[in-house]
Amino acid sequence: MELRGLAVRYPGAQMAAVHDVDLAIEPGTFAVLLGPSGCGKSTLLRTINRLVEPSAGTVLIDGVDVRQQDATQVRRGIGYAIQAVGLFPHYTVAQNVAVVPKLLGWDEARSAARVDELLALVSLEPARYRARKPRELSGGEAQRVGVARALAAEPPVLLMDEPFAAVDAIVRASLQDEIARVHRELGTTIVFVTHDVDEALRLADRIVVMNAGRVVQVAPPATLLEHPADDFVRHLVGVDAETRRLALERPLIER
Amino acid sequence: MSSVLAHPERVGVLLGEHIVLVLVSLAIALAIALPLGVVAARKPRLGALILGASGVLYTIPSLALLALLVAAIGLGPPTAIVALVIYAQMVLLRGVVAGLRGVDPALVDAARGLGLTPRQTLLRVEFPAALPVVLGGVRIAAVTLVALATVAAWIQAGGLGVLLFEGLRTDNAAKIVAGALASALLAIAADLALRAVERTVRA
Repeated sequence: MELRGLAVRYPGAQMAAVHDVDLAIEPGTFAVLLGPSGCGKSTLLRTINRLVEPSAGTVLIDGVDVRQQDATQVRRGIGYAIQAVGLFPHYTVAQNVAVVPKLLGWDEARSAARVDELLALVSLEPARYRARKPRELSGGEAQRVGVARALAAEPPVLLMDEPFAAVDAIVRASLQDEIARVHRELGTTIVFVTHDVDEALRLADRIVVMNAGRVVQVAPPATLLEHPADDFVRHLVGVDAETRRLALERPLIER
Repeated sequence: MSSVLAHPERVGVLLGEHIVLVLVSLAIALAIALPLGVVAARKPRLGALILGASGVLYTIPSLALLALLVAAIGLGPPTAIVALVIYAQMVLLRGVVAGLRGVDPALVDAARGLGLTPRQTLLRVEFPAALPVVLGGVRIAAVTLVALATVAAWIQAGGLGVLLFEGLRTDNAAKIVAGALASALLAIAADLALRAVERTVRA
């Protein structure tokens, strides 16, 4: 995936939300867009599946400009999970997960098998959860269903916009473990937006630090801590940089 | 006094006419209010104009509106139906607009992001989510139309109003009571039935 000279200016806004961003993301990478609220990270994410149209620049996936294709077709090929989850309240869990397969015309048997496979993947026992309505789920369970729904049609790319920001710390940690495992198992390219430094360090192969609509540094977590590009990054990763660096050196299980 | 008691089946016939007037008007009114409400919910300026216009129409006294319509299209049920459709617009439009504007933006964002077309988003996500509020509007409109439809008898459109007007003209209290009671019971029945539908939709 490649973003070239990407800029987004909302109508009537004084400043561009995203300013001249060049970014390449290798297939299979877990990329995290990190920055304070209002820095343009969500806007940047949303240009990838054409929920936001850039005012300049291009988004290439597998070398193809997403704007050359029909927007809904692009979106069906890209997973999308958001903080508010947005499960359809009148659908069961299974129907929610099967939304994209149904749009793509999968037959019932294939969809049903895929739903069970995905619920198991996000650690929800299919027999217990399949027929539930979204209002019968906890916040963490709803977000797991949201992730399952995003992955339903085996998209090569998954976009996640602060997906775990609304759940408590314990649930968040288990969801983070879950998505890290899913990433290892499926090899999906993930672009993940967060303002939480620890979350970024924990999950990312590559962290893309953004400030005021610009990309300020792209680096693996360890490099970011050891060689912050400027004062903004140094301040962002904060005074705890040394502790965080030590934490990175320990295997995931111990954390 | 004797005429109503002697011919109870006549109340049944008029009740049937009344129900048909209300149902036909409500169906036509919904067919107009749903698409118009979608437009009004999407475009705030145009929406204010549409809701404002429906509000103004609602303030026209029913007898005055009927008199104008009779002058334009004559006597009979079609004229009554046009009047009822106009009166239903304000309540129905408000329900549709409030329902659609009240849909959780996350639902729409998720639907678009997953690759639903705008039409699929509207039909599969927004309308179902807005349905309880829309149905609330339908219920209030139905009850209002049951009451208003009594005036239709004045322009020879039939319904329970026939009993009221005959009773007034011939000083027959039994007819007036029968007409009033039947239309009140019909309004209550419509209210209860639609409340039940609302509950099943919310559940």
